[in-house]
Amino acid sequence: MIKAFWIILKRDLLLALRRRSEVFTVLFFFMVVISLFPLGVGSEDKTLKLIAPGVVWVAALLASTLALDRLFANDYLDGTLEQFVLIPHSLPVIVLAKMLAHWLLTGLPLVLIAPLVGLFYHLPSASIWVMVLVLLLGTPVLSMIGAIAAALTLGLRGGGVLISLLVLPLYIPVLVYGAGAVSVSMHEGVSTQPYILLLSAFILLSVIFSPWATAAALKISLE
Amino acid sequence: MTLEVKKLQCIRGDRELFRELSFSLQEKQLMMLEGRNGSGKTTLLRALCGLYVADQGEILWRGKPIRQQDEAYRRELLYLGHLNAIKADLSVLENLRINSLLAGARVSDDDLMAALDTIGLYAFEDFPTSQLSQGQKRRVALARLLVSKASLWILDEPFVALDVAAVEHLQAIIAKHVEQGGMVILTTHQEVPLTSGKIKRLSLNDHAV
Repeated sequence: MIKAFWIILKRDLLLALRRRSEVFTVLFFFMVVISLFPLGVGSEDKTLKLIAPGVVWVAALLASTLALDRLFANDYLDGTLEQFVLIPHSLPVIVLAKMLAHWLLTGLPLVLIAPLVGLFYHLPSASIWVMVLVLLLGTPVLSMIGAIAAALTLGLRGGGVLISLLVLPLYIPVLVYGAGAVSVSMHEGVSTQPYILLLSAFILLSVIFSPWATAAALKISLE
Repeated sequence: MTLEVKKLQCIRGDRELFRELSFSLQEKQLMMLEGRNGSGKTTLLRALCGLYVADQGEILWRGKPIRQQDEAYRRELLYLGHLNAIKADLSVLENLRINSLLAGARVSDDDLMAALDTIGLYAFEDFPTSQLSQGQKRRVALARLLVSKASLWILDEPFVALDVAAVEHLQAIIAKHVEQGGMVILTTHQEVPLTSGKIKRLSLNDHAV
């Protein structure tokens, strides 16, 4: 079972390596959205600090929905997904491997570039590290919730837009606590701990429930 | 080792494809599934794999419903559908390696190369599959048959896109599997000559509603 997990993970990373543009689209989209805001609202130090948490998180949400329709669509079209259901391994484990690969390719780059974004928005260094931490905790949740929607809309026409509509409302808790933690970190004497603990709870819940929900949705889509 | 189907009924949308379909298949038997286009051959094969839940009836493997067996049944099953299940961005060898490892076969690269050799893809192993012809892609998918340990093969139109030589070759592979005690169910318009073992025929036209 663990072997199947590694095979799928390695396979997805290898496929992404062969088609690098798809990874960079997400990262560039994120960077472009982030850099548009100062142009629109002005580059005043106070304003930027105020909007930074929200802007970063909204951009991260949008960027993560961008790649969701590709999570299962390619495997669905060439028949690989059908075989995943038929191989003697548990489907949720395979799904979890695909989610992890998806996060490594679309979520992790955003986390790694976050310090740069923080500097861009004049955030104090303590807030930058909080932002990196909450993105690290929050983006996997986005991939995992998104996978459920991607599996449900598989094979539908206009599935890409539908995924965004389905998934963005579900991202709200992550947005609220993720952006909240960064805002709070800029004030003296307020602890970010509750926010971080709640995000950790989200990630645990997602790891436990989303592979099963996604696997069930995939089976329905394949019928 | 028996596959038993009892009073199966499948409905697609509001169209009933077949009802009261019963048959059984033992080792050393090959079943040719016949029927006109749209008669539900693929649906039946997918139901046998567990990809599609039949509306009524039971499918038993070794006397137990396949729904309750899950991984135990899937370990003995190899399904090849219309789609080749190969990734265009991976090489021929990578595709075969990943597919057979996931299917639970413990194979070395030498075994895989030998399988590719036999299926007529010698010297193509490092080619990206996107550069292969339709028939060659089909061969990559079929190479899995050679390294598989599964006893029940379910093949949906396996001869499509293959040239005459490859068709003969595949017929021999299927015949060998049946003679060695395997079971094969396939839909095709080609005959598969067997020297031993038994050919069963099932026509879905007889069960149409």
